[in-house]
Amino acid sequence: MGAVAERDPSTSSWYVGDTFYRDLVEAFTDWDRDDLAISDPDRRDAARAFLEREARLLDRGRLDDWLALFAPECAYWIPGTLGRGDPRREITVAFHDRRQLEDRVYRLGTGYAWSQSPESRTVRSVSNVELFATGDAGIVMARSNFHIAELLDGDLRHWAGWAGHRLAATGGGFSILAKQVNLIDCDRNLRNPSLTF
Amino acid sequence: MTTQQKPILPERVFDFDALVHEDRVHRSLYTDPAIFDLEMTRIFGAVWVYLAHESQVPQPNDFVRARLGRRPLIVVRDSNGVLRALYNRCTHRGATVCRQDRGSAKAFQCPYHGWTYLNTGKLSGVPWPEGYSCDFSRPEFNLMQVSRVESYRGLIFATLNADAPGLIDYLGPVRRPLDEWLDRHPGGALEVREANRLKFNGNWKLLYDNSADGYHVVFSHRSLLMMENRFQEGDGKGMSYYKDSPDTGPVKLYSFPNAHHFKDKRDAIPKRPGALWAIEGLHPGMEHYEAALRRNFPDRADAFLDLASSEPVNINVFPNLHILGNHIQVSEPLSVTETATTWYGTAVVDPDGELGDALGPVNALRMRTQEQFPTFGEVDDLANFEQIQAGLAAEEDAWIYMHRGLGLPERYSEAEGGTTIGPATDEVFMRDYMRVYRRLMQTEPNIAPTRDVS
Repeated sequence: MGAVAERDPSTSSWYVGDTFYRDLVEAFTDWDRDDLAISDPDRRDAARAFLEREARLLDRGRLDDWLALFAPECAYWIPGTLGRGDPRREITVAFHDRRQLEDRVYRLGTGYAWSQSPESRTVRSVSNVELFATGDAGIVMARSNFHIAELLDGDLRHWAGWAGHRLAATGGGFSILAKQVNLIDCDRNLRNPSLTF
Repeated sequence: MTTQQKPILPERVFDFDALVHEDRVHRSLYTDPAIFDLEMTRIFGAVWVYLAHESQVPQPNDFVRARLGRRPLIVVRDSNGVLRALYNRCTHRGATVCRQDRGSAKAFQCPYHGWTYLNTGKLSGVPWPEGYSCDFSRPEFNLMQVSRVESYRGLIFATLNADAPGLIDYLGPVRRPLDEWLDRHPGGALEVREANRLKFNGNWKLLYDNSADGYHVVFSHRSLLMMENRFQEGDGKGMSYYKDSPDTGPVKLYSFPNAHHFKDKRDAIPKRPGALWAIEGLHPGMEHYEAALRRNFPDRADAFLDLASSEPVNINVFPNLHILGNHIQVSEPLSVTETATTWYGTAVVDPDGELGDALGPVNALRMRTQEQFPTFGEVDDLANFEQIQAGLAAEEDAWIYMHRGLGLPERYSEAEGGTTIGPATDEVFMRDYMRVYRRLMQTEPNIAPTRDVS
């Protein structure tokens, strides 16, 4: 029991090591290929509905429900370069494991995160959803474009990019193994990127 | 060939004795575009300004773009290996000749009319030269470049001011913490590995005012401290040492000549291997890599983990370099109310192979430990800087105070080389740098770029 509790990914980070990083980088390399595209409209619609729900949870500030979309051992990755690189060797805009995702949500809930005080209001649009098969029948990759209109303390501004979701099929739904957020300005100086993308 | 640059249009005249007092400064230093314009010559044109790290241009022909104040530059290691800071501005009509952030090039060709320059800055050709009567071999048509470019142990600085002291003299006693910071890395070597790139809608000096400010930490970073300690019985992670009574604690502030300063937090950490690692926040892969290092390097794991941990220093070199933790943080003024601040991450490179197979795990941890503060800490400071800029819109409420510790000489001691040592939360470093600022703003520097390629 002790060992299992010790390895709870909400309180420790045993799963993030060389194998995890290597598999992650590999999974996000050369995956959005035409020959892997899934054309079945039902599967694509299910993925689109999942991504739209994710966007809604974030827009509504339901961050605990949003966290529940992620697998226990997951990654949230905002690369800082267009080539995306290997997070072991370069700084990212953000790279979170399960525990740090929960850190992020905890911090925003303290009431003292001045970069989100007042909280941003957001409206997210998710479009161009495509689904791709992987070597594992239980895992698919979703590619989607996003546009986020953000009202930050009176200033209306915009974020744009595309996201890659590595999704595990769970009984009737999905669970996020990894989310890669590719901002079109990821290698530029960003004003207050405290939003949860 | 050097050319003294004289302003062509008359400038507004400011009385900096009236704007900068010992205990306070006037809001216009942060809000007046004309003062900002003057700073670009009298501050950024007068002193040594940090441009880039040598690891960003490791080989001949490598270049990276940078700015000196607002001036667009190409920092290049030319084909002969000489470091140069070329103006990214075609001599002909002014277009930038280099539009990539970094790369490798033996020459730069202006996309507008095809004028081509070697990476020494020398003009190597113009299309259809028979249409000109001038002699293009004369240096006046080469790219302008900063005449004084020097590296201090990999940190590349440049100054336009022919009368500025040498770089070593300019740095003065801030070299000691810089050396100690570099020397904690095997071989004294490190490499820049991308960055957390941020900007804010506020004046560049707000960042310098904050750079050694121990007063703001437990307030501005309250959410970060709470987050880092959410699994702790008491506090202890991150910058918890600022809590309770920071001024009687071991954190010390060093204010140096030439407006540099140093917040030394190292004495707040026990002097034993592994002590730095013990106060790290919680990062991806911590438990995994720590266990592997302890298994594979039982005697040296603590030292390796400390190398992956944030070094508790803030070393600030006026006007735009901040060594903070393991970051090389660079600030760039974009306009009177907009500033970029780029937190370059650094990796251990281990030239002599002292770390062996530990190098990969150390850097894998070190990338994550470096991302934490920009992501969960700096964003809150920048939000507060933006709110200062908003508050400063109040014209008749004109003063910004920096008088904490003023009139309390018992809080300070003097050290050699014109160094003042004070408690963690004092604003003495702000008063000291503003004195230097006032002097600089009252002096026309001998700005002397060159087109001489020799």
